[in-house]
Amino acid sequence: MFTTIRDLIKFSPSFRFGSLILLLVAVMIVLSFFSPYEAGKLRRKVKRNQPPSATFVFGTTSQGEDVFWSTTFAVRNTLTISLIAVTIGRGIGVMLGMLSGYFGGIFDRVAQSAVESFIVIPRLPLVILIASILRGSMTMYSLGILIGLFDWAHPSKRYRSQVLSLRERDFTHTAVFSGMSTVRIVIREHLPFIIPYMLADVISGFLFSIGFEVTLSYLGLADLDSPTVGTMIYWATYYQSVFAGRAWVIIVPIVTVVLMVLGFYLMSVGLGEYLDPRKRLVRLSADAGEEAQDDDPRKEKDDVWAP
Amino acid sequence: MNLLRTYILPRILQWALVIFVGISATFLIPRLSPRNPVDEMIGRMTAFASIDPHAVVSMRESATALFGLDGTLFDQYIRFWGRLLQGDLGVSFGNFPRKVSDIIAAGLPWSVGLLTTTIIISWTIGVFLGALAGYFHNRRWSQFLERFVVVVYPVPYLITALVLFIIFGAWLQIFPIMGGSRGEPALTWKYISTVLYFGFLPALSIVIGAIAFRFIMAKALTTTEIANDYVQYAELAAVPKRKIILFYVARNTMLPQVTDLALAFGAIFEGALITEILFAYPGLGFVLYNAIYNADYNIIMGIALLSIVGVATAMLIIDLLYPVLDPRVRLR
Repeated sequence: MFTTIRDLIKFSPSFRFGSLILLLVAVMIVLSFFSPYEAGKLRRKVKRNQPPSATFVFGTTSQGEDVFWSTTFAVRNTLTISLIAVTIGRGIGVMLGMLSGYFGGIFDRVAQSAVESFIVIPRLPLVILIASILRGSMTMYSLGILIGLFDWAHPSKRYRSQVLSLRERDFTHTAVFSGMSTVRIVIREHLPFIIPYMLADVISGFLFSIGFEVTLSYLGLADLDSPTVGTMIYWATYYQSVFAGRAWVIIVPIVTVVLMVLGFYLMSVGLGEYLDPRKRLVRLSADAGEEAQDDDPRKEKDDVWAP
Repeated sequence: MNLLRTYILPRILQWALVIFVGISATFLIPRLSPRNPVDEMIGRMTAFASIDPHAVVSMRESATALFGLDGTLFDQYIRFWGRLLQGDLGVSFGNFPRKVSDIIAAGLPWSVGLLTTTIIISWTIGVFLGALAGYFHNRRWSQFLERFVVVVYPVPYLITALVLFIIFGAWLQIFPIMGGSRGEPALTWKYISTVLYFGFLPALSIVIGAIAFRFIMAKALTTTEIANDYVQYAELAAVPKRKIILFYVARNTMLPQVTDLALAFGAIFEGALITEILFAYPGLGFVLYNAIYNADYNIIMGIALLSIVGVATAMLIIDLLYPVLDPRVRLR
């Protein structure tokens, strides 16, 4: 595990940048626990509409919040929402995908047509419909659950195809013929392949959830009293910060979202390259300088042709 | 005949199933909620005036019938389908008694126009740039382009739109930030130019994200495609590079891109909704936004319904076009 992460940081620039950004995010989360303000009681604490200064690093909002400390809470809350969403969405997705991959038959066919239907249905209008009905009683946690319930179809499809390809590998047949029980095969032989794949998938799940949280909060459909990155943007536009010349109120959450998604995305790109064994070999065997040339597929071709 | 049985029929069945499931979901979701739209409407009407209790009772009865909320759930469901098949989506709560179908019909052309233009633009540019960058992947410009795309790609539509809104709409004030056009609708250049001018920023905000997605895919496809023997042969035979890229490589990468367009359609549609809300563009997104604020469930339901049918149908069309593009599917 640790050697893997070390290799990734050493050889994959995107993983390196991604983890650096996420480290920054983690620092923000840790800082939120040492905030001079209590969680949920940030409003009307400081002078309103102050530009960034030494006292208020990112300025203050029209509601008398210190933007810097709100951001620390916002990052924490947004990631909590995403964590709930990812746990639920991937939980359903992994279960369904693996079950339909292993069982096959009728179960697989029914599950697959449900998944196919769900993929086609545009999620945003439906989520907006539910969220607007629940408006007022929405909390951070129910928002996470709601997002999660709409993000299992794509993952389940991917896990199913993973399982299907693992089932056809030679080592599975060997294990079956040597009398290994199915449960043991799944746990001992298949999970080591699925877990790293899951890791990359979970990371990309965060991307989706963050985007959805921001969108729903911007529409005013989330719990607007708990600071998340999305609600910060909501209140910034609510108080017309762009037109009133208080750009810092809106720029800070925008930059935070961009950094968060970028961090997660770069990390998943790095992991994806690691999971593709051909690319991994190329990366790990080559020095940083030769990397670009070894990546050239035509170059590989030449080697095959060489006598 | 074989094609019909193995390719076309399953897709049409899937399409029907999706629409059935989606419409049933939009029927059920509001009814599972603890809120009662009839009570809320009567609450709004009686908020500022005292009304005779008998009148309230009969008002409640007529509103329940009007919203299709009388009878058992199953009765309601049957009637819901009956009305839906006649194109009746009920009346708007917020703009009572305007019909939901009229309100949606007013916004629809704007959304369809915005979507079609952005999809065509982003698909063409994405596939072309991706093929170029994949073919010349060692050049500095292609690496720079890829880095730029990697930064842009994961950013949510809303954020892209917001950044464009702030920079070009609010600060530089080059582009309008509200509305879809100026003046009387007519087929004159004067009117059409305002449509283009007002549509530029909303379209750009969708196009940026969509191009990034297309580009990443096109580049990956091109990198595997140029490993093929025919590319090497073409190079050895001194076929002009322009021809190799455009007519050999790019053409072969287009097929998976068409299938994927069907899958990505839903995402672009959602992006369009958000963009329209942000730029107050008079399409469906903006109608949806106002409906959220007025708690106008009938309109939200109507738009959810329409988007399910629309997206599923668009995907069906793209799927059915696929055999026309790929002879292998036809012959199988």
